[in-house]
Amino acid sequence: MGDEVLVFAEHHGGKPARAAWEALAGGQRLARDIGAAVATVVAGEDVAALADELAGAELSEVVALTSPLLRDYTPDGYTAALFQVIEQRQPRFVVFSHTYQARDFAPRLAAREGRGLIGDCLGYRRDGDRLVFVRPVFQGKLCADTEFVGEPPYFVSFQAAAFREDSVQRGAAPARVTSVAASLTPETIRAQAGEPFREAKQAVDLTQARAIVAVGRGIKGPENLELAKKLAEALGAELGASRPICDSGWLPMDRQIGSSGQTVAPHLYVALGISGAIQHQVGMKGSRTIVAINKDKEAPIFEIATYGVVGDLFEIVPPLIEEIKKKKPA
Amino acid sequence: MKIAVCIKQVPARDAVLRLNAESTWVRETDVSFEINEPDIYALEEALRLREKRGGEVAVCTLGPERAAQALKEALAKGADRAWHLDDPAFQNLDAYATARVLAAAVARENPDLVLTGLQADDDGFAQTGVILAEMLGWPHATIIMEIQASEKALKVKRELEAGWFQWIEMPLPAVLTIQSGINKPRYATLKGILAAKNKPLQKLGFEGLGLAPEAVSLRQKISKIYAPPKSGKTEFLEGASKEIARKLVEKLKNEARVI
Repeated sequence: MGDEVLVFAEHHGGKPARAAWEALAGGQRLARDIGAAVATVVAGEDVAALADELAGAELSEVVALTSPLLRDYTPDGYTAALFQVIEQRQPRFVVFSHTYQARDFAPRLAAREGRGLIGDCLGYRRDGDRLVFVRPVFQGKLCADTEFVGEPPYFVSFQAAAFREDSVQRGAAPARVTSVAASLTPETIRAQAGEPFREAKQAVDLTQARAIVAVGRGIKGPENLELAKKLAEALGAELGASRPICDSGWLPMDRQIGSSGQTVAPHLYVALGISGAIQHQVGMKGSRTIVAINKDKEAPIFEIATYGVVGDLFEIVPPLIEEIKKKKPA
Repeated sequence: MKIAVCIKQVPARDAVLRLNAESTWVRETDVSFEINEPDIYALEEALRLREKRGGEVAVCTLGPERAAQALKEALAKGADRAWHLDDPAFQNLDAYATARVLAAAVARENPDLVLTGLQADDDGFAQTGVILAEMLGWPHATIIMEIQASEKALKVKRELEAGWFQWIEMPLPAVLTIQSGINKPRYATLKGILAAKNKPLQKLGFEGLGLAPEAVSLRQKISKIYAPPKSGKTEFLEGASKEIARKLVEKLKNEARVI
């Protein structure tokens, strides 16, 4: 029974994903806190170069898990292959970043082991002998201290930026790389994955905008978008939106900001009626100055705003447009 | 095609949330409830598949008595029948135990396809559909934005990060978790609401599902919920609307220097 923290290292295009380094940073800290070794596992058809890159981190071991059937990510392939590694090593913790890929297969992997996954964690803390994982509930309006019940292995995923990729401890010497051939048959993989693609070229590139006015549910209806457009015009800003606005078809998908849309970092970001769920925040929190106008003073957007206005955007925005027009040189 | 849709009733999005006495969940007596948003899209997708390919749509929820309202709404929108998994033993389950109870219910019906929303807006697990697939031994795909179904197989469009997608092909039966925005959900018509009154709504409990006691054992539990700690970095502007507008423009011009 190894006292080990095993970190899943996601990769794309032959490189460890940023999420892999963040998960490693989290796994290293967790291992230090519980006095365990930390190893990582990377899966694919040929992961030798990836494994060598990961071996630069301070780790007891890098497991290079390979099979021709792991060439493309599939939930069936990854679940079956990782299950073999976990069965053999019996780690105390298995750590993921809460990416789309981990969301796709980690719950299945944990369930195959008969165990639970505490997902989307912002972090954890020690409380005596207990480890308490903190995760958002109710769209980030509340936090939940969550604990594992029952026997290990315990599966946990941390959300983006819960740990910094540059906080990964580098090892004095490269970690040992162990190759493991996953035992898979073609029948294992039922859901077959096609090549990733993008929809027709994005018409609007919000990533280059110096200023963005973004609207959320608080705008209430498409008939009110005109107000946001006027504010954007006064500021010389592009118009963006949170996901629900694009889902409703009020604005086209290429104006969506957040984890499933564009990631932006303008000098000025004005959030109108956006509550600021984590999926939206990851797409805009790098903005230099953030103005949030929202009725709900508990809205998570106020956690990251530079300037906050708790109030009705329909009352605030019209005088705001007037003031901007007054102050701006013609 | 026989389709089961798993839906959840959650506090309304604009509900003001207050904690219960033990600070382990919100005080449910205070809030109004609605169908979890991604589940509404999952139901709509099921109804469209039925319209294209025939068959039936059964809708299923696990929840207390109040959750029957969610089933009635789904029946009014056009689902053919409903099962309500309600038992004192089903309270406060984690994703694993919820999936286990759902799996027992789904296995009785043996549908060709199970659809559910990609996550619930209250507990935010985003796991139940995936675990359900594992327990049924079926393939799955998550965060789906389009479904093309034939008699024995599916081709689905899965959303990836940052505007990327991929097509996934899989045999039936299967479980899909549906992303919001996949379609335009319909509203219930008056005719639908009236018709719903005569549609079967079956209640199933712990014993009816033939569950073993350990089926509802937990793998994780919430010890406390609370408002997120404030960073305190936000500067709040107060006053009448005009005054706020003046202050804000002043700050954007002179302090942040962005206009």
